[in-house]
Amino acid sequence: MNHDMQPQTRSKKPVLSIKELSVDFKTERGLLQALRRISIDIPSQQIVGLVGESGCGKSTVINSILKLLPNNALIKNGRIELQGEDVLTMSQAQLRATRGKRVSVIFQDPMTSLNPALSIGRQMTNIQYRDQLSKSEKRQRAADMLTRVGIPDAEKRLRSYPHQFSGGMLQRIAIAMALLMQPALLIADEPTTALDATLQIQIIELLKTLQKEFRCSVLFVSHHLGLVADFCDQVVVMYAGEIVESGSVRDIFHRGSHPYTKRLLECDPARIKTKTRVLPTIPGSIPDLVNLSDSCIFNDRCLIKQNNCPQTVAPLMELTTGHFVRCYLNQEGESE
Amino acid sequence: MNNTDTKLMKPDSSMGKLVKHLLRDRLAMVGLLLVILITGSAILAPVIVPHNPNKMNVHYRLKGPSIEHWLGTDQLGRDVFSRVIVGSRIALKVALISIGIAGGLGLVLGMLAGFGSKKLDSILIILFDTIRSFPTIMFALAVVTLFGPSLNTIILVVIITSIPVYGRIVRAQTQALRHNDFILAEKAMGAGKMRILGVHILPNVIGPLLIIASMDIPVVVTIEAGLSFLGLGVRPPTASWGSILNDGYAFIRNSPWLVIAGGAPLILTTLGFTFFGEALRDIFDPKLKQEVV
Repeated sequence: MNHDMQPQTRSKKPVLSIKELSVDFKTERGLLQALRRISIDIPSQQIVGLVGESGCGKSTVINSILKLLPNNALIKNGRIELQGEDVLTMSQAQLRATRGKRVSVIFQDPMTSLNPALSIGRQMTNIQYRDQLSKSEKRQRAADMLTRVGIPDAEKRLRSYPHQFSGGMLQRIAIAMALLMQPALLIADEPTTALDATLQIQIIELLKTLQKEFRCSVLFVSHHLGLVADFCDQVVVMYAGEIVESGSVRDIFHRGSHPYTKRLLECDPARIKTKTRVLPTIPGSIPDLVNLSDSCIFNDRCLIKQNNCPQTVAPLMELTTGHFVRCYLNQEGESE
Repeated sequence: MNNTDTKLMKPDSSMGKLVKHLLRDRLAMVGLLLVILITGSAILAPVIVPHNPNKMNVHYRLKGPSIEHWLGTDQLGRDVFSRVIVGSRIALKVALISIGIAGGLGLVLGMLAGFGSKKLDSILIILFDTIRSFPTIMFALAVVTLFGPSLNTIILVVIITSIPVYGRIVRAQTQALRHNDFILAEKAMGAGKMRILGVHILPNVIGPLLIIASMDIPVVVTIEAGLSFLGLGVRPPTASWGSILNDGYAFIRNSPWLVIAGGAPLILTTLGFTFFGEALRDIFDPKLKQEVV
């Protein structure tokens, strides 16, 4: 395939390598092209941020990695290699052995991601069902993990039910559960969106510490640019099912080159220096993914498009090592 | 750590909640006492009956209540009190066996319908609705004609007609649960279908099912009494509240205690189990949940 589609460094073997992934959804109106030629590499022990507005396909990427796509999804092409094995060709049994053990997920809303009818201890010992350990050993392991994520009095708390905890505590528990099996890859799906600002920082700090301690890689999905800049090593920017730009945090936040990335950064309230009554937005909306035109995906909303922009989707172009942009305007070399 | 993050509530057991609730709610207390009274007399029936419930004595026909015969005697001179006590056995036996089996089957079928494929769901729903479209008594008449009147026939009728009720409830609960985040989270943690159903869906649907089932006990008791009253239930001389009613019905003018003796336990059972079931619902229904201080 196009050799211009290999973002990120290839020095170390990546934990997760998504190659040319395209996913369609069968809808009543026709095929919805949710993901188109997505390639993401997550190097070992690195934190990769995935940003983009709602509906850009972030969740589809996560669900593809877990192979938990809805029934109407169609994986058109591509590979998802987890430590060298293709997830997409795995059997159901292999998938079950992979999920939770090699990849695990922290979900957005901790209030709903735990079973309300079972105690925390039950749930935490339940997920260890693949291990040949005695019940008390499993419980001990669960308690140790709770202590590690900062829940005091862990032994006692194992008997509590989810409704007896606050949101921040529940997210800590969800993190404990996700890391319990020491996965190679941790997917954090907007783990702080449902929490208030002070808790967000706490949870991110906790994730940072645990990531170092457990030496796992993290795929951090968020639309909070500040947290991504603070937490991640690399960033992938998605727009309407395509990767428009990827690179190191510095590349994206200081030398962001795709017009979408630039506009996205301009819209971040934390970066607006002058007082304003109206927060900036990107005019227009994402294109209809059922009837896609051949031209650049951002064409309709692009402020700097030129008449001589070719009417085809731009390839990913490498500006500097590891910094890829899908825009024709960078051919002339906009990089500093 | 900051305060909002460590705010906790005291864990309390559901048994503790139950006791606290019963102490506050008088109606629930009455319900519980009636339930204990009725189940107690059913369990201890052979020990506490003062007379043989089926022993006839033509010299003592239709005698009013006395110290010897607390609720009098019927047209064959049998002790009505003993018959009422023994009748509670039949009533509860039918209720527990049929609700138990129907609840179990309804639970399994409902979870399959709610969690399985669309096709399986439609097949089961059509089946449920077909059964439910028969009025219970009409259905019972048909079954009795086929198999003859007996206790087992009643149990069979109740099982068949209640499975769809429980099945539908469980199905609705399962469907509501299956798209919950925690089910997705469990899938992401590597749980298979059976694991999700057994470990995660089951504890969430069993509570509501138990509450509905406990409130169905009086309904089934009434069905049994009704069928026995019509002569479609237990065969004479076995005592059932329905057959006691039927025996007394002919003598209602001169010996009203017979009808009262057959009717009162039905009313008390209905009230008792309904009050108790409502208390259970108040305690376990998350929507009505209030923190007990």
